[in-house]
Amino acid sequence: MTANGWLQIALFFALILACTKPLGVFIASVMEGKRTFLSPLLGPLERLTYRVCGVRLDAEGQPEEQTWTRYSAALLAFSGFSAVLLYAMQRMQAWLPFNPQAFSQNNVSPDLAFNTSVSFTTNTNWQSYVPEQTLSYFVQMAGLTVHNFLSAAAGLGIAVALVRGFARQSVKTIGNFWADLTRATLYVLLPASVIAALVLCSQGVIQNLSAYTTVTTLEGVKQVIAQGPVASQEAIKMLGTNGGGFFNANSAHPFENPTPFSNLIEMFLIFLIPAALTYTFGKMVRDTRQGWALFAAMTVLWLGGVVTAYYFEQKGTPMLAKAGIAMQADAAQSGGNMEGKETRFGIANSALFATATTDASCGAVNAMHDSFTPLGGLVPLFNIQLGEVVFGGVGAGLYGMLMFAILAVFISGLMVGRTPEYLGKKIEQKEVKMAMIAMLVLAASVLLFAGASSVAPFVKGGYWNAPGPAAANTNNPGAHGLSEILYAYTSATGNNGSALAGLNANTPWYNVTLGLAMLIGRFLMLLPLLAVAGSLAAKRQVPVSAGTFPTHGPLFVGLLIGVVIIVGALTYFPALSLGPIVEHLML
Amino acid sequence: MLSELKPAILITMFFTLLTGIFYPLAITGAAQPLFHRQANGSLILVNGEPAGSELIGQNFAKPEYFHPRPSAAGMNGYDPTASGGSNLGPTNPALSDRLTKDAAQFRKDNPDFDGPIPADAVTTSASGLDPEISPANALAQAARVAKARNASRAEVESLVAANTASRDFGVLGEPRVNVLKLNLALDRSLPVKR
Repeated sequence: MTANGWLQIALFFALILACTKPLGVFIASVMEGKRTFLSPLLGPLERLTYRVCGVRLDAEGQPEEQTWTRYSAALLAFSGFSAVLLYAMQRMQAWLPFNPQAFSQNNVSPDLAFNTSVSFTTNTNWQSYVPEQTLSYFVQMAGLTVHNFLSAAAGLGIAVALVRGFARQSVKTIGNFWADLTRATLYVLLPASVIAALVLCSQGVIQNLSAYTTVTTLEGVKQVIAQGPVASQEAIKMLGTNGGGFFNANSAHPFENPTPFSNLIEMFLIFLIPAALTYTFGKMVRDTRQGWALFAAMTVLWLGGVVTAYYFEQKGTPMLAKAGIAMQADAAQSGGNMEGKETRFGIANSALFATATTDASCGAVNAMHDSFTPLGGLVPLFNIQLGEVVFGGVGAGLYGMLMFAILAVFISGLMVGRTPEYLGKKIEQKEVKMAMIAMLVLAASVLLFAGASSVAPFVKGGYWNAPGPAAANTNNPGAHGLSEILYAYTSATGNNGSALAGLNANTPWYNVTLGLAMLIGRFLMLLPLLAVAGSLAAKRQVPVSAGTFPTHGPLFVGLLIGVVIIVGALTYFPALSLGPIVEHLML
Repeated sequence: MLSELKPAILITMFFTLLTGIFYPLAITGAAQPLFHRQANGSLILVNGEPAGSELIGQNFAKPEYFHPRPSAAGMNGYDPTASGGSNLGPTNPALSDRLTKDAAQFRKDNPDFDGPIPADAVTTSASGLDPEISPANALAQAARVAKARNASRAEVESLVAANTASRDFGVLGEPRVNVLKLNLALDRSLPVKR
């Protein structure tokens, strides 16, 4: 571990910290429908969207407020239709434009198209396929890029809807889904993506619609270089914490992430909105200290992950040392475990990226997590299992952390025998029940699916998988193979999308079960949370009294961190001990 | 839910046009004139013909060229239509075998080098297309390249130094040497005499 490595980590954090307040204020204004500096430009487009799309307006011309059930219905209708459309696009790609490599629909089997469609609709962006051999530019743009925007916008909207539940009192409504979706896309995601795409392009990220280029190398071999409209997708892939690569190697690919500077921008984009949303939250509940408390808890959890991953990746493994490879960093080489890492990023940036992408529900990778050391690789896996609440996905991080906050005040309420309150709202049976449902469903999905895939046998000539155990689809033996399966269902349920990519998941069994895990992870978490939002909005604000447990101080921050870690550790420790932990002991 | 279906369909269509067609085409339209070289893959022309991309590694096996890192992209490595890493785990015997074999080969190729093997030299990259190697890796190969080109080691090392990129802004990333650019510089300055 080098001083320069720490400096880069500090620089990254300083950038995030500097943008949290200004962007947080901006997002709060946008989502409350107030005027911002972009209103003169985008206001007409916003109103055009409502008119064209038949969004119902109230007497003042604002989108009509919705109850939580209506908001949920809108979310489900939108997700359902857009998923079907993406499925259809993939299955018809040969008849659609922008397809210079003439990829046919035979590249995309029905189960793969289902998996990919669900994956991008749920902001997971798990990829069972090699994009540069599979999908036309049209599907990448009009299908995947669109979902990169909209799944993130939906997440942002839902987080804000939950915050409205805390901020409002004695009302039945939590906002309008269509307005949230439209405003998040037009004012936040689109302008930032335009800027980010052009900056990335200046660094060498490609942006064209050409066919692949054939070159003759210096040693006289033909090399086919993949092309495509990458920068436009790359920007929103990171900003929307989506993470689905234009290429198989994702953000490790030099055309997606060519320089250390582009790498910093991409990591910055992952945390940008999630960090800002903590401030948005504080502003909307009229107590910014509440937002900073969440920010502080997230920072501690983030830092713990970075330090662990950086330490173990730099330390390397006995296997590498035995081959005579340098483990110490020096001025001319990075040392450490460089298997599956890029020269330009080295150890520090690979460890930082892996931590950030799984703290958030991004899932882009600039190094192959499958080749991480056991405990270095435990960090991304455990981050996802904690619920991706460390800054987290766009929207998803905030609503996930608020769910933990509800549990934290509930637990502290039990300790002192008082009805817990959070932000002036009484946390009662319904809220705790819903938070528990969301939490249990996620854990059940991860553990049951991973368990089933570890033992399920398949017959010869069957449809679902190659004959034999599903566990044979792993490309690493022993404990690491189990880690690959566990990581897959953790990533799918957590809507992350990163992978221990040695697992061959492009079979009907894995495509379908991982697709189901993504749907469970997205919607069976969102619906209980929207129910909480509705229930909270209807409650009256309780005035602060001497008995109120303050939720903006270090005590609460510590309690919140404790709840996050204890819930995650209790749920997943047995599975983790059979995977990465036992592998570490076998080094 | 049915009453929300109409806006669901229309808004999906509307944003597909805006963010799926208009946005990427607008970025393409802006990037092509502004960053023409980068947007089209940072191709390097030799005698007017594309000889590769500055950003995409290619195989070099001859002794007079610097060698890139081992690659797991495609069957023979450095296949830009099949990017990816080895995905071999840290306890996998297959990785151990490969590392031992490649380390022995590296020592055999570079008999004058006797230090610890630079970490990037025998490990595969994440993309399989890593265009760069560490300065330590390049210097370890300098003696071999010099011999194959009948040049002095100092001449080769000064080309390595000239082609070493430091950290971005002095801080970001790692120092690195672009293999294709270095090998092109070698062919220009110290051509192999046949």
